[in-house]
Amino acid sequence: MTRMAATRDGYGQALLDLADNPKVVVLEADLGKSTKSLHFRKAHPERTVSCGIGEQNMLLVGAGMAASGYIPFASTFAIFTERAFEQMRNGVARPNLAVHLCGSHGGTHTGTDGSSAQSIEDLAVFRTLPNVTVLHPCDDVSTRILTARLAETNSPSYMRTARNKTPVLYDDVDPESIQIGKGIELKDGNDVAIIACGVLVSESLKAAEMLIEEGINASVIDMHTLKPLDGALVDQMVERCGALVTAEDHNVIGGLGSAVAEHLVANAFAPLEMVGVPDRFGESGQADEMLDVMKLSAKYIAEAAKKAISRK
Amino acid sequence: MSKSISELEEIARKCRVEIVKMVHRAQAGHPGGSLSEIDLISALYATRMRVRPDQPDWEDRDRFILSKGHASPGMYAILAEMGFISHEDLKSYRVLGGVCQGHVDMKWCPGVDFSAGSLGMGLSFGMGCATAARLDASERRAFVMIGDGEMQEGSVWEAAMAAAHHELGNLKVILDRNRIQNDDFCEEQMRMFDIPAKWKAFGWNVKEIDGHDMTQVMEGLDFLEAPENCNGPSILIAHTIKGAGISYMENNPSFHGAAPNDEQFHQAMVELGEVEA
Repeated sequence: MTRMAATRDGYGQALLDLADNPKVVVLEADLGKSTKSLHFRKAHPERTVSCGIGEQNMLLVGAGMAASGYIPFASTFAIFTERAFEQMRNGVARPNLAVHLCGSHGGTHTGTDGSSAQSIEDLAVFRTLPNVTVLHPCDDVSTRILTARLAETNSPSYMRTARNKTPVLYDDVDPESIQIGKGIELKDGNDVAIIACGVLVSESLKAAEMLIEEGINASVIDMHTLKPLDGALVDQMVERCGALVTAEDHNVIGGLGSAVAEHLVANAFAPLEMVGVPDRFGESGQADEMLDVMKLSAKYIAEAAKKAISRK
Repeated sequence: MSKSISELEEIARKCRVEIVKMVHRAQAGHPGGSLSEIDLISALYATRMRVRPDQPDWEDRDRFILSKGHASPGMYAILAEMGFISHEDLKSYRVLGGVCQGHVDMKWCPGVDFSAGSLGMGLSFGMGCATAARLDASERRAFVMIGDGEMQEGSVWEAAMAAAHHELGNLKVILDRNRIQNDDFCEEQMRMFDIPAKWKAFGWNVKEIDGHDMTQVMEGLDFLEAPENCNGPSILIAHTIKGAGISYMENNPSFHGAAPNDEQFHQAMVELGEVEA
């Protein structure tokens, strides 16, 4: 039986792991119970700064602390990080201060809270900022490992986590195999490469199983780092498979699909089909229902794979 | 760091000369708010700031955050006076590759602790610096200068609320209340009603002074440092005159962000006692 877990739980666990470093501090905007920074708060209240429901202030308190030698991890819902976009742009990214921002509850998979809580543009907007690393891990294990790695970087980051549980893919993994900026080939194949992030990685693995029944052997990549993109891995997939699919619970405009497309047009080329939210807002629904409504679930990824192959 | 009132007034006068020179040379920039703030930051740097100009990144320095970052000529002038940068560096104001960027920038200029340019951000950054100082059990302080128009940004009040909640006694704000913002007088753009009452209601220690009377400025800085006011954040509301010291710039919204022409420049130098009429 596959273990199920939410990436936000991996984030919360990572903060506890990092607590041995006295320079690590946690910033909250009244959503610590949701983003899972609450565990750190309980264990280390003296190193947790409540900013109330004030995301703009939180980002810049983080900047001031980073400029004073601390390593701040700030979190709120993905959608509310966008409220502090210009603080992230002018106050964090521009002076290249290592504030680590985590947006939980990203994507339509967030579910019944409805469209106001379903960020579909966070990855796009933060990807446009110089100096900012953008991550969207697919399970709690990789989230925990990647969050720990962030503490060792000297530049800011945005990490999206998800509210709801998805299959855990990396139990018993060698942590060294999970590195910022390096995509991971979860299943190898020669006919088409499915490059996915976040909750759609497990959907992509399901799609690959469906494709096997039709005699198609797909590679599946967990592209947990959207920026810097692992262009070398994309190049390998172009060469080996000659057809690509991207899959993300995010607007098709500006996210992983765009990042891969930007790489392709300047390098070796292959047909690309982009599975993502079709430039529309969500609605209330269960997580799995939303993946179907938005045409993001495994069957749609498999269809896109066949279309990409047909364009070879 | 003891200085007489007349010595402080002379430092501020010299800074005024440099402010006008910078803006005239660049034919761009923000003289009005630089001239309104300069008596305050001259006294602050010359008598209070625990900094090392030869070691601008000294970890335990006091921080000064110019949140109204467009008033950069004023800050560059005092940084040159203190020796963080040279007077030659002032010629790089708004020039490609220069340390004196259009808005103060910590990545470009020694002695600048915060990259400003977007209003409403400095107080939050200062709160972060003050929080870090407290965690370090350090005596260093965070001084933040904000503008009055800037208080229209909602994030200022997020920070005001949070700093009082966390009782950050090492966070000291100076408000340059010059009554003019980019487009017009503040009173026309957005009335702010009882400013001292607002800060008191947010839980701050508050004092009002005339920001051009150097004796009152020193009393105001004493207030910010007084042990009885270190129980929480404090704000010094300094009533100032936009463009103070240059007759045709004073209370003139046109000189929020405009440079003097050659004739006006000459007049300014006469008024500041640099040249004879």
